[in-house]
Amino acid sequence: MMGNTMSLVSAALKEGRVAPTELCQRCLSLIKSTKFLNAYITVAEETALKQAEESEKRYRRGQPLGVLDGIPIAVKDNFNTAGIETTCASNMLKGYISPYNATVVQKLLDQGAVLLGKTNLDEFAMGSGSTDGVFGPVRNPWSYSRQYKEKSVPKSHSEDKDSNWVITGGSSGGSAAAVSSFTCFAALGSDTGGSTRNPAAHCGVVGLKPTYGLISRHGLIPLVNSMDVPGILTRCVDDAAVVLGSLAGHDPKDSTTIQDNFKPFELSNLPDVSKLSIGIPKEYHAPGLSSEILALWSKAADLFKNAGAKVIEVSLPHTRYSIVCYHVLCTAEVASNMARFDGLEYGHRSDMNKSTESMYAATRREGFNDVVRGRILSGNYFMLKQNYENYFIKAQKVRRLIANDFVKVFGSGVDILLTPTTLSDAVPYTEFIKEDNRTRSAQDDILTQAANMAGLPAINVPTALSERGLPVGLQFIGRSFQEKQLLTVAKWFEKQVKFPTIQLEEVKRHDHGVFQHQKSASFL
Amino acid sequence: QRGGVCSCGWRLPQKVTVEVLDHLEHLALVDFRDSEGVERLQKAIQFADQLHEVNTDGVEPMDSVLEDRCLYLREDDVTEGNCTEELLKNAREKVEEYFVAPPGNIPLPKLEERETFLKGS
Repeated sequence: MMGNTMSLVSAALKEGRVAPTELCQRCLSLIKSTKFLNAYITVAEETALKQAEESEKRYRRGQPLGVLDGIPIAVKDNFNTAGIETTCASNMLKGYISPYNATVVQKLLDQGAVLLGKTNLDEFAMGSGSTDGVFGPVRNPWSYSRQYKEKSVPKSHSEDKDSNWVITGGSSGGSAAAVSSFTCFAALGSDTGGSTRNPAAHCGVVGLKPTYGLISRHGLIPLVNSMDVPGILTRCVDDAAVVLGSLAGHDPKDSTTIQDNFKPFELSNLPDVSKLSIGIPKEYHAPGLSSEILALWSKAADLFKNAGAKVIEVSLPHTRYSIVCYHVLCTAEVASNMARFDGLEYGHRSDMNKSTESMYAATRREGFNDVVRGRILSGNYFMLKQNYENYFIKAQKVRRLIANDFVKVFGSGVDILLTPTTLSDAVPYTEFIKEDNRTRSAQDDILTQAANMAGLPAINVPTALSERGLPVGLQFIGRSFQEKQLLTVAKWFEKQVKFPTIQLEEVKRHDHGVFQHQKSASFL
Repeated sequence: QRGGVCSCGWRLPQKVTVEVLDHLEHLALVDFRDSEGVERLQKAIQFADQLHEVNTDGVEPMDSVLEDRCLYLREDDVTEGNCTEELLKNAREKVEEYFVAPPGNIPLPKLEERETFLKGS
């Protein structure tokens, strides 16, 4: 039951085979027993159970609100949730109780979804490991899977068996871990440079970054206004389509959402890729790409060829400047967005009260971690009068070149791009922290960032397990607002690769029902 | 010593001066805290300098990927509000319906008088 997809559980709820309150209890209980993952910052037990009870009443009356009614979900802790603490994993917002729901949260609640809690992240979504928040790092559930344990060589008996746990990737690591460990059926993340797709790849779940402008950002605490999007994490592509259907569309409260009518869609059970043209961008064969992932990428391309699709090599020449461009634009927007945190109206406030400026300075000194402060200072540097033209404006020009690369390729007849999502499988935490946040982000975002630059939709589909028994995913990038086509291709690919289910002790203990094993044949 | 001119005519700077760092601390109201902070900035600048390898002659800056569309503007009607109590809940210092701030118009102390790592640089 726990490992099921949303559609199957939804059917079970409708048929009365399981009650919303029971489902909610099981998830809450599993959250407790997987506490060591540190995926959740806040668990909203009371409100979740109330929501489940309301859902149950609706099902008894035969009037569920839709597929999402009674479905337990989790939300990244940078989305405002009314009455529930929203911290962005920062001291700056510890204790901050949002007075309103982000639009996407409201939409999910309006559909009857049960909000289990807020998930962990890198502080203010800055990072690619979910290791830099004040509540500590998130652990990848696969670290505790039979698949990983079988492949790890124990160093010695006396060594803590926990010490080689691997990271989730980030910054939406908590959300990815929550979905991956079956504590919820879907989770919201955010994606500015790859923050939904990166942890999705490392945790073996589907991570969708929608087109910029499709889903409302109202209530999502902003990092980079021109690139942020809410991200969707689920265990299968169909579920992502369902969640997308309930979230997409114009929001009068977010004027950067497009006004076109959005039609929710259901994906065909027999997706057909034979008429498509799949582009393989050569620049995504980036330095540091593991040979394992390179091989998987190549095999995937062959899969499409064998299905009759046209597979061609393409070029996105400015790919390697995407990270540098992002670095400047991101820090500049961050410098602006973080200016609101001054202790006066909400959040942490320093005791220093000699003057407004010194209070602000002390509050920000106490509230922000090194990563955030570093980006604010860099951003301000790039926006100094003497630097504005040469850094900020220059980066905006390079951004256009990056976006144009995609326009040219899609304009030449390519429908979908196929690329790796990450350079390697998840690394152990002890190794990850040897390099600083900026270096890591620069390395890890290289394959995902350009899609944010150009505002394009992109999705990670879990593909196979690495030699170390950890998930590896591949990424599809689509044309603007062509999520249906993107998800159709993703679903087809998902059916081909049959990614294995994670085998976790904790989940087995909780799942009294039939634990559905996936077919043992795998992609490798 | 770095110097020289890149293809877009921009001269590469020498190392970032204390005056600039001080200025940044004032603008950002965030301090560097220690030498690591300063190093971090210098590395950030070095990293960003790679942008100058790209020829952007004749290219317009891009503000938003939605630049070809009109932003939605709603009617200037009041649709929500009257939530003073709710909003004040999150503030630490308040009096009646006011947020209380320390005295303004007092500039941040000069470098020599501040508790900052930059002092004596």
